[in-house]
Amino acid sequence: MALYSDKVMDHFLQPRNLGTIENADGVGEVGNAKCGDIMKMYLKIDDDIITDVKFETFGCASAIASSSMATELIKGQRVEDAMQLTNKAVAEALDGLPAYKMHCSVLAEEAIQAALEDYHNKMEQK
Amino acid sequence: MQIYADNAATTKMSEAAMEAMTDGMKNWFGNPSSLYTIGQKAKEKLEEAREEIAAVINASPREIIFTSGGSEADNQALLTAAINGKKQGKTHIISSAFEHHAILHTLKKLKKNGFEITLLPVHENGIVRLDELEQAIREDTCLVTIMTANNEIGTIQPVAEIGEICRRHGVLFHTDAVQAVGHLPIDVQAQHIDMLSASAHKFHGPKGVGFLYARKGIILQNLIEGGAQERGKRAGTENLPGILAMAVALKEAAAHMTQNNAHMTEIRDYLIKGLSEIPHSALNGDAKQRLAGNVNFSFEGIEGEGILLLLDQKGISASSGSACTSGALDPSHVLLAIGRIHDVAHGSLRLSIGEDITKEEADYVIASVKEVVAHLRSFSPVWRDLTEGKKDFILK
Repeated sequence: MALYSDKVMDHFLQPRNLGTIENADGVGEVGNAKCGDIMKMYLKIDDDIITDVKFETFGCASAIASSSMATELIKGQRVEDAMQLTNKAVAEALDGLPAYKMHCSVLAEEAIQAALEDYHNKMEQK
Repeated sequence: MQIYADNAATTKMSEAAMEAMTDGMKNWFGNPSSLYTIGQKAKEKLEEAREEIAAVINASPREIIFTSGGSEADNQALLTAAINGKKQGKTHIISSAFEHHAILHTLKKLKKNGFEITLLPVHENGIVRLDELEQAIREDTCLVTIMTANNEIGTIQPVAEIGEICRRHGVLFHTDAVQAVGHLPIDVQAQHIDMLSASAHKFHGPKGVGFLYARKGIILQNLIEGGAQERGKRAGTENLPGILAMAVALKEAAAHMTQNNAHMTEIRDYLIKGLSEIPHSALNGDAKQRLAGNVNFSFEGIEGEGILLLLDQKGISASSGSACTSGALDPSHVLLAIGRIHDVAHGSLRLSIGEDITKEEADYVIASVKEVVAHLRSFSPVWRDLTEGKKDFILK
């Protein structure tokens, strides 16, 4: 059996939504280099709809694939719907992750949450 | 292009070893403990193999015990020294911080049973210092166990000098030579080695077979009780096909060692030179005092598993000391022992090349690694912070 599902390998080899967004409406970064995983998410939000999302990830293949899949899942979604994204949904969309790699999907969920929180904070300041 | 560059993990069996193995299965199926001719023929083959193996390391045949591999030999050597030491009231063991887990985990178990363990530092170059070893030896030291060559960074330890110090202090010296046997000249007498572990699949022999050398006079403790095989020190019907193949593989490796090492050293240094061109990278371990086949680099700002999987896509098999590749939380204890901090230890790559690697293949490896590192850095937030000056580079 291969280490990862075809979906994980696909998103690792051809990550979707790679990069950054200038003047993003929300930015979230989670993880630390000591543990070997850092994810950074950039959101563009118009009228409460996530119109664009980009990511940067330092980490293993499943961390890269999890961030890539998470961006796909929330792109075009309403902010309140994106808030509901769970790590389980990310892992399921990738046709599963090895048990010891599940934390990668948790990190993806947390990165999205952090970016949305940043968006809310910025809105409140306006 | 397909390039197998993980020979420190395991090697491909040589044609001659495969032939010896099938010859053993077809023609020498008898049990060496049986008294009739078929059994005694098998016994003869077994003892021939023992003589051949002993000759390569300048031991006598009686000093060779066949085992299931390096880990078993390591376990038996440590248990032997511990039990014999305890009888004399000696319960202190000296080792190094970057031993193989077959040693470190056994030491951990002995610690739970009342032994005191000193792990010598291996410093930035990955080599133990003799003065520190000598200072660590005490009245109650029963064993020094230090590997001949490290499995991850390939650094070669001053085994003969360590052996001389141990002999002078009357302390047993064991060396895990799993990465060295068949790759470096070994002379257990000249190097004052009391016990040595080896594994066949690291020198183009089969998996599941190895040996323990124990100098005459050392009373071995059994890990496996049962029949009287291996002079009563290791029960179980001998893995004759494996042992015959191991002997052939070791003879072959010893016969070609000089020319193999000359060629591999040239390619190793070429790889090191090529990979050093990658900015913010560093070779792990001493550049010269290392196995001819070992190249180990850290690349800042990326994680090792991605490097491996992308290299695999390009037909290159390699390994990494990153936590992700092992399922553990911490990166390689070897890289931490030579002072690499976590952030950098995660982004490591080990290439352990084979004897038949060509310059063209080395060029392909260098180009592939450069491409893969650049790709992973292109979307790494750590790399962005480093290049934008928000964080300081660790590797210059």
